[in-house]
Amino acid sequence: MELGPYLLLASLEGAVQAAVLALTAVGLSLVFGTMRVVNIAHGEFFMLGAVLAWWLTSQVGGDASIGFVLALIIVPIVTGLLAAAIDWTILKRLDYDPEATIVATIGVLYIIQQVTLMTYGPDARPVPPPFNIRITLPWFGYSGYKLFVIGAAIVLLLGVWATVSKTRIGLILRATQLDSDIAQAFGIRVKRVYSIVFGVGAGLAAMAAVLIVPIQQAHYLMGGDPLLLSFIVVILGGLGSLRGTVVAAVLIGMSDGIISVFFSPTLAKILATLLVASVLVFRPQGLFGKRPV
Amino acid sequence: MTDGAKSWLLHGGVIIVLFALQSVLPAYHHGNLARIMVLASYAIGYNILFGYTGLLSLGHALFFASGMYGMGLSIQFLGLSPGPALLAGLLAALVVTSVVGFLALRTTGVAFMIVTLMFAQAGYLTVLLFGQYTRGDEGFVIQQSQRVFAGIDLSDPVSRYYAALVLFGTCLIISLVLVRSNLGRVLVAIRENEDRVRMLGFNVFRHKLIAVILSGVISGAAGATYGLLFGYAGATFATVEYSIFPLLWVLLGGAGTTLGPFMGVLFMFYLIDLSSAVTSAYMLIAGVALVLLTLFARQGLVGEVRKRLAPWLP
Amino acid sequence: MAAMNLISTTGLGRNFGGLKAVHDVDFDLPEGQIRALIGPNGAGKTTFVNLLCGRIAASEGRVTFLGEDVTALAAHDRIAMGMAYTFQITSIFARLSCHENVALAVQRRLGNDRAAIDAQVIAALDAVGMADRVSQIAGDLSYGHQRLLEIAMGLGQKPRLLILDEPTQGLADSEIEDFVTLVRSIAHETTILLIEHNMNVVMQTADYISVLNFGEILAEGKPDEIHANGDVQAAYLGTR
Repeated sequence: MELGPYLLLASLEGAVQAAVLALTAVGLSLVFGTMRVVNIAHGEFFMLGAVLAWWLTSQVGGDASIGFVLALIIVPIVTGLLAAAIDWTILKRLDYDPEATIVATIGVLYIIQQVTLMTYGPDARPVPPPFNIRITLPWFGYSGYKLFVIGAAIVLLLGVWATVSKTRIGLILRATQLDSDIAQAFGIRVKRVYSIVFGVGAGLAAMAAVLIVPIQQAHYLMGGDPLLLSFIVVILGGLGSLRGTVVAAVLIGMSDGIISVFFSPTLAKILATLLVASVLVFRPQGLFGKRPV
Repeated sequence: MTDGAKSWLLHGGVIIVLFALQSVLPAYHHGNLARIMVLASYAIGYNILFGYTGLLSLGHALFFASGMYGMGLSIQFLGLSPGPALLAGLLAALVVTSVVGFLALRTTGVAFMIVTLMFAQAGYLTVLLFGQYTRGDEGFVIQQSQRVFAGIDLSDPVSRYYAALVLFGTCLIISLVLVRSNLGRVLVAIRENEDRVRMLGFNVFRHKLIAVILSGVISGAAGATYGLLFGYAGATFATVEYSIFPLLWVLLGGAGTTLGPFMGVLFMFYLIDLSSAVTSAYMLIAGVALVLLTLFARQGLVGEVRKRLAPWLP
Repeated sequence: MAAMNLISTTGLGRNFGGLKAVHDVDFDLPEGQIRALIGPNGAGKTTFVNLLCGRIAASEGRVTFLGEDVTALAAHDRIAMGMAYTFQITSIFARLSCHENVALAVQRRLGNDRAAIDAQVIAALDAVGMADRVSQIAGDLSYGHQRLLEIAMGLGQKPRLLILDEPTQGLADSEIEDFVTLVRSIAHETTILLIEHNMNVVMQTADYISVLNFGEILAEGKPDEIHANGDVQAAYLGTR
């Protein structure tokens, strides 16, 4: 048995997972970096992205690509708005107390998940990919759409990086991250920034889900794994470090893909969770972060 | 009457009432209450760490399940009888709690929550990985014949109820004694102002570890008893849900009160019972309850009673 | 000198990155003395005192307490040996009663004897004039009373060394007067090390003064000597 083709396949599959994971995790990282709160419902925003994408594409007739493009634009916005509303009504009232926020977002997790169960149902439903091109690689043909996903994620991540580091909005964000009291003294409406950040974080997760849903199916429980993996990535990379998040996502995505192909997926997950625990216990700043957790 | 005397009378009264209820409850509620009492013991264990010491763990299902599997696997594969099997469950919980506590206590706050969550996830996945022995999510049944303790058939509803009451009563008394002791005072102080406690000459790490071990072993005892009384061990009890339940119960009933855990389990049990008749999405109730509790009633039921009516409640 | 030094340091120092917060300090405190530690802002007084009680680890040098080298000993162990420390920013248990606050300080010595604990709690609160506030919630107290509560907690430990970090900070004049009286009344029970900015308080209470500047000992001596010392005056630039 040749190792080459398996390794290439595992790497490509890993790259797709890493791409989607990076987007989702960056959403979580932005929220923690700015607001210093952990959003346990983050995975449910991912799930909502997939479910809403299914609903939208099933409503829109015509070519699959039209529905898909619409979903890519509308779904993250809708999800983001919902998230901002949750921040405004719940998290703000808790004054972003770390423990209370975790408990409340656990509650939000169950609310979103169960309402989806009640309306969308327990079934997994597929979404047709916008195009069906196969790219010929050495050894085998590979889905062009999957390669598109990798490319799209890279573009989006670069967009996020550019926004945060080069624009005025990004400057406001970084100022609020560094010292929210001083930022407020400079006239930055911190509470509003928080709502926007929370919305954007959710929107990124939803967008990642829209990208992956033609490959995976939409299911009401699909938020659990992305949540766990995003956590792992964000902590490994260092809470609040975007660069660390992306690097860790690539690491985790690739190794998860490779370990899963050659060993058991369960074992891969066990190793990943123990890795997170070890990092928090022995090297709390992660690989790139500067502040201890 | 001193506060101490009032507390002892109240708790004794609760146990006596539960004892008396055994003979009058209809079969359905009889079985429910047995279940509630065992789960309330789990909640009491969780409350010691969360309500009194102020450490929020998101991984207590690991301790509950350690007790359950320690007990269940020793019956299944070592052929132990219920008594020694319970001890095996306790021992398993003790070992797991000590290791996890020692590592996790090097972190605080949010990191502690995540570390405990991660260890619990790893535990759940390990149960699945060794599915050949544990039968994973499906779980395994512990036969009626294997659940006879000193001549008493634990699958008989009456014996089961009394066994649950013994566990609950013991845990309740332990929590009352703890809360009124010097150790309890230190744990509460750690919750309130850890730095100050250190500067009064106490080894804070050691005290937190004691709290974790006590909490974990009681949770494990509840897990072992649950498996023994209801004749089943399964990976569901190691999932995140079973780590969130005790948090929910304790918050609802009143964190940092001795009777809060029981009230929380009782209330939540029947709330879910009633709503699952209506919809399969009963966890929605749990979600709404968590949000409302954190927003409006962080003291919980007994906590509010203590604040407004009876400040002497332990 | 052959007299028993309660606590002393040799070449004690602490660096934060490139900053030498405390540098090469030799310090001796004989038992029974009231020592004041003064110096301008940023002189390193709180850092030094944190080095003494172990809240911060030393970068160099030694701390000797009750004849033992405690440099490697953790803070809680040093406290347990007989030090008590009140924080610069009052640190008590705001949601607990005064009784519970002091009981925690007292119980470590007394074990499970509830009656003995209660008695000593009352005694400690009485010493600071707060015996009537036993059941009051600490957070409801005025700031001045909270500082007194913290001192009561210190006294409850029956320490050999009581370290008070800027105890009169934020107190009204009458409260400061009461504080001076209090210090004089407890001086026979314990050795007191006082960080203070209020020179009146220092002059009225201290037997001996150590002056810290830029992390080093600038001068040491009796109150009159220090008061007249030109270097000290220069360091303070006008503080009377």
